[in-house]
Amino acid sequence: MAIKKFMYINRKAPYGTIYALESLEVVLIGAAFDQDVSLAFIGDGVYQLVKGQNTQAIGQKNFSPTYAALGDYDVNKIYVEKESLEERGLTLYDLQHLVWEDEDEDWAEKDSIRLVSRSELADVIDEQDVILSF
Amino acid sequence: MKFSIQINEGPYQHQASDTAYQFTKAALAAGHEIFRVFFYHDGVNNATRLAVPPQDDRNIGKLWQELGKENNLDMVVCIAAAQRRGMMDADEAKRQGLDTDNIAAAFRISGLGQLIEAGINSDRLVVFGA
Repeated sequence: MAIKKFMYINRKAPYGTIYALESLEVVLIGAAFDQDVSLAFIGDGVYQLVKGQNTQAIGQKNFSPTYAALGDYDVNKIYVEKESLEERGLTLYDLQHLVWEDEDEDWAEKDSIRLVSRSELADVIDEQDVILSF
Repeated sequence: MKFSIQINEGPYQHQASDTAYQFTKAALAAGHEIFRVFFYHDGVNNATRLAVPPQDDRNIGKLWQELGKENNLDMVVCIAAAQRRGMMDADEAKRQGLDTDNIAAAFRISGLGQLIEAGINSDRLVVFGA
């Protein structure tokens, strides 16, 4: 069967609701299916990738370290919408540095995050076969 | 066309399950195929067999159960989402050492792989809620 392009669109802050955590659970399970996977972070979803998260005071599990493991699952196309960052006073440097190792280039370490504009992301979304939004 | 349906919100609190139900019914009536209906997040709560809504209101869970039976729908409840919310079928309740179960027979419990598989095998995966 032909490989499909799966995109997971993450739109919610990491805590407050369970959508971010349960989206990540789908991504990790889905990685076993050898599809063409990409993730998009828009709106409050960009907060999911913010580095240095500490959830001690809210008594919830800090699941943000899991994003750094995505590269090992061959999930290495992570689109972050530029406008969403800017609207929240964030820059790329506020986010975790997510990388993956390129098997075809002697395991060279490459950036997973692709900073894209709203209109560029719209084009990427348009190319997808299956969109799961959380 | 071959559809799969994903429902991300619980009954009554949110309209997602109602809308998904109406969509599924309409798709079947128009001759389309429903490959799978997948319940995720609080959507797993639609599978309870114990809901007792007021008599002058719809019983969403029951509507799904009837539609499922009439059309032999594959209605899957995500096991990870179900477990954290206390939704158990008889087998799972036994395995967890719990004294009761609450999932209606029209639904089955399975893993998230079933959602991905639905995406792969369907022409369209339609997501309701969230």
